[in-house]
Amino acid sequence: MSAASPLVEVRGLVNRFGAQIVHDGLDMTVERGEVFGIVGGSGSGKSVLLRSILGLQRPQSGEVLLMGRKLNELSRDELKQVKAGYGVTFQQGALFSALTVLQNVQLPMLEHLSLSPRALEELALLKIRLVGLPDEAARKYPAQLSGGMVKRAALARALALDPQLLMLDEPTAGLDPISAAAFDELLMDLRGQLGLTVIMITHDLDTIFRTCNRVGVIIDRKMTSDTLKGVTANPHPWIQAYFHGERALRFGQRMDDGKNDSKGGPHGA
Amino acid sequence: MYLKLQRDGETIEAELAGSWRGPDLPAIDAELAAQSLVGARRIVVNVPDSVTLDIAGAWRLREWLKDAEKAGAAVEFAGSPPSQLELIDATPGKKKHTTPPSSSESTFEPVTALGKQVTRRIQAVKYALDFIGHTFVTFARACTSWRRLRAASITRHVYETGITAIPIVSLIAFLITLIIAYIAAQQAREVGAEIFVVDIVTVGVLRELGVLLTAIIVAGRSGSAFAAEIGAMKLNEEIDALHAIGVEPNEVLIVPRVIGLVIAMPLLAVIADGIGLTGGALLCKWLLDMPLPLYIDRVQDAISPTTFWVGIIKAPFFGLLIALSGTYRGLQVRDSSRELGRLTTVAVVQSIFLVIFANAIFAIVFWQLDI
Repeated sequence: MSAASPLVEVRGLVNRFGAQIVHDGLDMTVERGEVFGIVGGSGSGKSVLLRSILGLQRPQSGEVLLMGRKLNELSRDELKQVKAGYGVTFQQGALFSALTVLQNVQLPMLEHLSLSPRALEELALLKIRLVGLPDEAARKYPAQLSGGMVKRAALARALALDPQLLMLDEPTAGLDPISAAAFDELLMDLRGQLGLTVIMITHDLDTIFRTCNRVGVIIDRKMTSDTLKGVTANPHPWIQAYFHGERALRFGQRMDDGKNDSKGGPHGA
Repeated sequence: MYLKLQRDGETIEAELAGSWRGPDLPAIDAELAAQSLVGARRIVVNVPDSVTLDIAGAWRLREWLKDAEKAGAAVEFAGSPPSQLELIDATPGKKKHTTPPSSSESTFEPVTALGKQVTRRIQAVKYALDFIGHTFVTFARACTSWRRLRAASITRHVYETGITAIPIVSLIAFLITLIIAYIAAQQAREVGAEIFVVDIVTVGVLRELGVLLTAIIVAGRSGSAFAAEIGAMKLNEEIDALHAIGVEPNEVLIVPRVIGLVIAMPLLAVIADGIGLTGGALLCKWLLDMPLPLYIDRVQDAISPTTFWVGIIKAPFFGLLIALSGTYRGLQVRDSSRELGRLTTVAVVQSIFLVIFANAIFAIVFWQLDI
């Protein structure tokens, strides 16, 4: 994988379920170190796009390149290698309900790394602490956690293998504004210190304005992506309504700060 | 090479090299174990930009530095420490994590254990009785109006537990008849009493085996389906949603299933009996060259007016037991997918046990009644 190629590239993606066309020639590019937000109306195919990038959904046509490699041309072993390079959180958390939080975080490590039992334990605990969960939470089962803790535990599992790329499906949905802000801050810390690239589906305007460098909007089965400033200036009525509706107005000032335009370079990735 | 050490008197200059990432940990472990820090008073760590360091690698570096400090060396960095290391150091909760409480209470206390076991069993019986009582009350209440009886739901369950089970029940009934007929024919032939094969097959199938095997198949098919379906709804908080909407889960989920199975079981048993008798006729013709009229004659002699009903009367009871244990176990599912699997298993094992146990009681009762 060359450093020059974008981390994620989607070309001419077409997804169709029966007569319903979800994506029709969708293109998307995410460079290293970016925080890329995906927005779109309900049913516009945000999750389907994420599933296509993850290889969970086979598109009718088009291709997905992860780390410069075509997803559908990889062998089993190569695919496993690519999968070790990204971490994912799903909308509902998707923690394994029969395992404790600690075991949830250890599972990808056990699968991909050969670690001593002590390293396994310590590293998993480290990840759990890193996302701001108390040590007691490590021994708990997902059903015993609150919604916000589930989101954090899911993030800890996504970080288990120290991925370069994080893909988050509505990470702050259902969190109170304070927890959501803390989550955003955590994400920015991790990104700054680990050089992560983040792709995030979100409806949370707070999160978008706080964290994203670039935003891709899915409209009419295609994606329009630009910097945050560029997107908010886009004249498309849906985008205008989304970013300049009543809820968005209070962010007008923050947008002008331009603090989101900086790109944190990955540390030796 | 992951670490280049340069010794200068009591100072060691340590320069990291290569990739310090999760997959490299075993190799790094091996290399660090081979290094000796004896006599070092000061360690200067240098992390060049070319080194890839992830959290796992940074953690390993931190562990190594901790060991060095324990050995009496002062650690410092050439330049600023890498951000990954800072992230680890800034993470709260460095304290030794508490050992899981369960392992510390493993002392063997037989009386306490027995007492706990007994109270838990009593509690379980209470819950089960509570559930059964509640179900019957709900049923009685549902009987007061058509709307609450959920006819559409009952029909669906009769279809799913009854109609769709016909092929497998028929096949099993035929195979069982075949097995009995073969064994009976073998024994009867020795004493020249082939005609009694008909008695054994018809009485055996009608009284006991037809309904019993049907019940066992239904327990495996529908008992498990009930437990899994309701258990998944429980995990998905659908049961809570029903409560919240003001719909009684017992009324919409349990009672229709119980009624559905109580209706379906006798119908299936009749089919099993029919297949058994037909199969018996075919087998007697093939095995013993017995003409059909003779077989029918013999069947009429062999069975008394009660034989058929003795079998069929058991079917609704078996259906009731299977439906109750399946739905009850489904409602007990909470928290995890493993529980769902465990309780589905419990539901099937328990309903089969209950069916056979009930069958034994029926046998004794019928014996006493001289039927």
